[in-house]
Amino acid sequence: MNAMIDEDQIIGRAYDARLMRRLLRYVRPYRRVVAAAIGVLLIASAADLVGPLLYRVAIDRYIAPHAAGARALGPASDARGLAGVAALYVAILGAGFAARWLQSNLMQYVGQRVMADLRMEMFGHLQTLSLGFFSRTPVGRLVTRLTNDVDALNELITSGVVAIFGDVATLVGITAIMLWMNWRLALAAFVVLPAVFAVTERFRRRARGAYRAVRTRLARLNAFLNEHLMGMTVTQLFTQERRSRARFDELNASLLDANLSSTRNFSQFYPIIQLLGAIGVAVLLWYGGGQVVRAAATLGVLVATVQYAERFFDPLRDLSDKFNILQAAMASSERIFRVLDEPVTVEDPPAPAPLPHGRGRLEFRDVWFAYDDDEAWALRGVTFAIQPGESVAIVGHTGAGKTSILNLLTRFYDPQRGQVLVDGVDVRRVAQRELRRRIGLVLQDVFLFAGTVDSNIRLGNADLSTEDIRRAAERVGAHRFIEALPGGYGAVLQERGAGLSVGQKQLIAFARALAADPEILLVLDEATSSVDTETETLIRRAMATALRGRTSITIAHRLSTIQHADRILVLHHGRLVEEGRHADLLRRNGIYAKLYRLQFEVEARSAG
Amino acid sequence: MHSRRFWQYVRRHGRAYLIGYAASAVAVAMAQLSPWALRAAVDAIQHGAGGRLGMFAGILAALALAEAAATYVMRIRILSVAYRIESDLRHDYFAHLQRMPLRFYQRMSVGDLMARAVNDIRAVQRLAGVGLMRSVQTTIMIVASIAAMLTLHAGLTLLMLTVMPLITLLYLGLGREIHRRFDRVQAQFASLSTRAQENLSGIRVVKAFAQEPAEQARFAEEVDAVVGVNMRLARVQGALWPAIGLIFGLASVVLLWQGGDLVIRGGLTLGQMVQFSYYLARLTFPMVALGWITNLWQQGSASMQRLDEIFSVTPEIRDPEHPAALATPRGALEFKNVTVAFDGARVLRDVSFAVPPGRTVAIVGPTGAGKSTLVGLVPRLYDPVQGQVLVDGRDVRSLSLVSLRRAVALVPQETFLFSDTLAENVRLGLDGSEEPAGAPDGGAAVTRAAAVAQLAGDIERFPLRYETVVGERGVTLSGGQRQRTALARAVIRDPRILILDDALSSVDTDTERRILAELRGIMATRTCLVISHRISAVRDADWIVVLRDGRIAEQGTHETLVGADGLYAALYEQQLLRDELDAPDAGPITTEPRPPSRAPRA
Repeated sequence: MNAMIDEDQIIGRAYDARLMRRLLRYVRPYRRVVAAAIGVLLIASAADLVGPLLYRVAIDRYIAPHAAGARALGPASDARGLAGVAALYVAILGAGFAARWLQSNLMQYVGQRVMADLRMEMFGHLQTLSLGFFSRTPVGRLVTRLTNDVDALNELITSGVVAIFGDVATLVGITAIMLWMNWRLALAAFVVLPAVFAVTERFRRRARGAYRAVRTRLARLNAFLNEHLMGMTVTQLFTQERRSRARFDELNASLLDANLSSTRNFSQFYPIIQLLGAIGVAVLLWYGGGQVVRAAATLGVLVATVQYAERFFDPLRDLSDKFNILQAAMASSERIFRVLDEPVTVEDPPAPAPLPHGRGRLEFRDVWFAYDDDEAWALRGVTFAIQPGESVAIVGHTGAGKTSILNLLTRFYDPQRGQVLVDGVDVRRVAQRELRRRIGLVLQDVFLFAGTVDSNIRLGNADLSTEDIRRAAERVGAHRFIEALPGGYGAVLQERGAGLSVGQKQLIAFARALAADPEILLVLDEATSSVDTETETLIRRAMATALRGRTSITIAHRLSTIQHADRILVLHHGRLVEEGRHADLLRRNGIYAKLYRLQFEVEARSAG
Repeated sequence: MHSRRFWQYVRRHGRAYLIGYAASAVAVAMAQLSPWALRAAVDAIQHGAGGRLGMFAGILAALALAEAAATYVMRIRILSVAYRIESDLRHDYFAHLQRMPLRFYQRMSVGDLMARAVNDIRAVQRLAGVGLMRSVQTTIMIVASIAAMLTLHAGLTLLMLTVMPLITLLYLGLGREIHRRFDRVQAQFASLSTRAQENLSGIRVVKAFAQEPAEQARFAEEVDAVVGVNMRLARVQGALWPAIGLIFGLASVVLLWQGGDLVIRGGLTLGQMVQFSYYLARLTFPMVALGWITNLWQQGSASMQRLDEIFSVTPEIRDPEHPAALATPRGALEFKNVTVAFDGARVLRDVSFAVPPGRTVAIVGPTGAGKSTLVGLVPRLYDPVQGQVLVDGRDVRSLSLVSLRRAVALVPQETFLFSDTLAENVRLGLDGSEEPAGAPDGGAAVTRAAAVAQLAGDIERFPLRYETVVGERGVTLSGGQRQRTALARAVIRDPRILILDDALSSVDTDTERRILAELRGIMATRTCLVISHRISAVRDADWIVVLRDGRIAEQGTHETLVGADGLYAALYEQQLLRDELDAPDAGPITTEPRPPSRAPRA
């Protein structure tokens, strides 16, 4: 749990070169598209910059030619010339529009593709992680990584990087045009630039501090709130409402302080930049006006320079927003990479051995196993062998290690010591998928996927015909209720099979295992109290059908299972303490006898 | 925005908004005046009169200074106030949640409540700040700019404004399409999220049936669909901003062409034309901002509505009109024909029994019998639908909650520790400031309580002892240690009525025996209700009540109940078996390897 809060609160630096390089690796496959986007972006920026230039031409040539010292052409031809400029302007605007639209589409494409790649990589990686990882990581957190965190990167790619590139291009373009038109006027307008840079730098420095302060205090407040909502009953029972509210108010006030100081910084920045811009224009007017009067510059150039100078400050003002985008994206990417860097603990061997086509002999050789390296042993030196076709039941008290046996056989976990063998081969030497294709698993908590009944029985196995699916369902007695569903085998199951009874879900699980036709079947059977007698009979029959002719291990909770088992293994505190047949074990009057009285006698009594 | 609550917050800070809006009006006025100065300057230059340029530049700078100052005042006032409103709102939200009873928390998920506290409060803050600021400023700016243009040259203005309806059309047409496609993006995103959720929740089945490739293929379909709908959205959305730029560009073309023409014919001075271009520029941003502002209003209203949903819940369990206080409680407890129902389903039916002061009553029964609900009635975690719960002969619903809960300490089944020191977690049981905080060992009372709960020895083994931080971001305690901490918390409270709701289930039987012995000493004069699955914990009780399916199945002392051979006797027998099986191995454990200790997991 503790990792979750901390991880979700990674605040992120505005810029982290290491993360950025790693992110750019995902953009690389699309570098051609990015280059094209930058190309059209330059066209768009250029189109934006042409406006004032056209004003200059129009003013100097047609509108106020005498002020430019040019010869007047006469109103009629001036008007024609003006119309020509206007037409050119419209054409350029059109081109600019097209370029901007194209650019945004191209970048969106890159962003979406990069996100898709990242999602697939993360998803694929998650499929290879061991169950240990999933037992300590909340699913919700992983879903957030796959969805929202990846989405946060999109903004970085589509608006962040390219927009910054565009801003720089605009700034360079404006500077160049201004210098080219009249460098003296340009320099006059730039008098305020040092002040602009100083103000921006100060703002940026403060904004970084303020952002951190806001984020950490917000994180602290939210952690407090989360915890106190979960523990609300405790607070209420011990009449601590006032005290916890006082703590909350403290955190709230400290966040407010941070927000206010950040607001102060932002509130100062915008007006000051605006003011500096206006001062630049005033200086330009005063100095440039003199130049025009002295005929050292034309009026058109002056007006155009004024317009450019105004535009110069827009990108600078937007800087702060982009700063925030960058920061959020860095934090998200750090979280994403943390998932991608999660080591795969249960790995396929580099050269997996083929699983011989035996008939499903299982063996545990002195197996010691603990779920976590600092937890207690779940299995202590367990040794047993199960012959092909043998049907074995495992019984034991809570925490005796029954489920661990299944977890090791399917290689959801690896033991710390000893070996688990299937047909004489250590399960660590074969590919996991190969191993699991040979083993069928029926769990007590039946998990149904969104999809049809057919797809839930088939589970991705395209080789099976609809007839195979139907036969599997028939054999476990599920066919009748499936047919009764609206749509039959094509009926779409709601989330997690809502609408089906517990018993029906279990029958589907048996059909699923039967359809896959494995040599080895592992069953975690649980006598569910919510199942009516008729379904109970169906399940019992389904189980008997499924077990016939296979090597099987059943974690038994039903009397019928232990009565029909070829052999019973009794686990106690992680050890194999007794084994044998039901009647023999009962006679021995040991652990099994006690377990029987605790778990099965009630059933035996009510059945008898 | 229909939320009365929202406007109450705004009204509370009405002065700041008024000052902000006044400043906004000043800023707009300054912004309208500067183009006049510019025009005068251009006209002067055109006519070769350079002498007054210095003055014009000075006026421009002065106007800009005034505008900047006014803008600053507007921003700092309104934006700051929005953060204050956010802070007030958050305070009220938390205070309101503190009054909500346990049933509320059983219905609502903490995640949902958190989402409202984080996302919705932020959306309201944005509306109260930028939203309200820009709404007014933008309106003034648009009206003022158009008015100024009309006074300059009505004909040219109308000509330029002919392109403006295009913006409306754009918002209407493109806006609706964007909305539609955005909805589809959201839906597909949800679908992706569901797919991921399903796969990760069912990872055991996925792995067991070697379904990884099939799952990857299914996920890839969702991912590709996400790309598809996003690209469809991008095609229209990507056109919006460039289109607005294009429209304003066209207005600028009209100005250049028709305005220029007017200048040539002498109907307009060049300065006036430049002035026009300035107003046009002053119009651009507000028009662009309109769509964004609409968005802020929509999101803010929706979020406020979600918050109001919570605010409008009145707690079912609250103080009565005229609460009575328990001055010196004796601890007499009585359940009188108590029936409890949740959402129509009865969990307790007609339960009656009394506990005289200072006696211990145990409650046993199978899971789901209603034991926790029954004891939860005493500190009013729940209220009965029929019947009464009486403390010292008074209905608990007539007492003030604080007074009632001061007399009662309930240790719940599930232990909850806060991320704080052990001392603080125990001291939580104390009311107010009976003991100075931060005393070296957590104070004498804390040590005493820890001793009773058999926790003192464990604490001494921690390097930081009582200052050890536990909970989510602290040391991980074992289940037994956690339960004993929760018990110490109740012991330090020195309650008249102590309730243990299966509170020692993770404590081993040996320690449990010692705890019960200690408790008997200090609880001799207090009333106790004990729920336990262990017979060892209940056999010495003065009276035992056996619950089944919400009714009292039988009651009596241990001896009489065992003799009666009913449910209790069956539970007793099962328990004996379970105790035997739970007992550590008697077999020879000679050299048992310890699990390899690696570095703690990340």
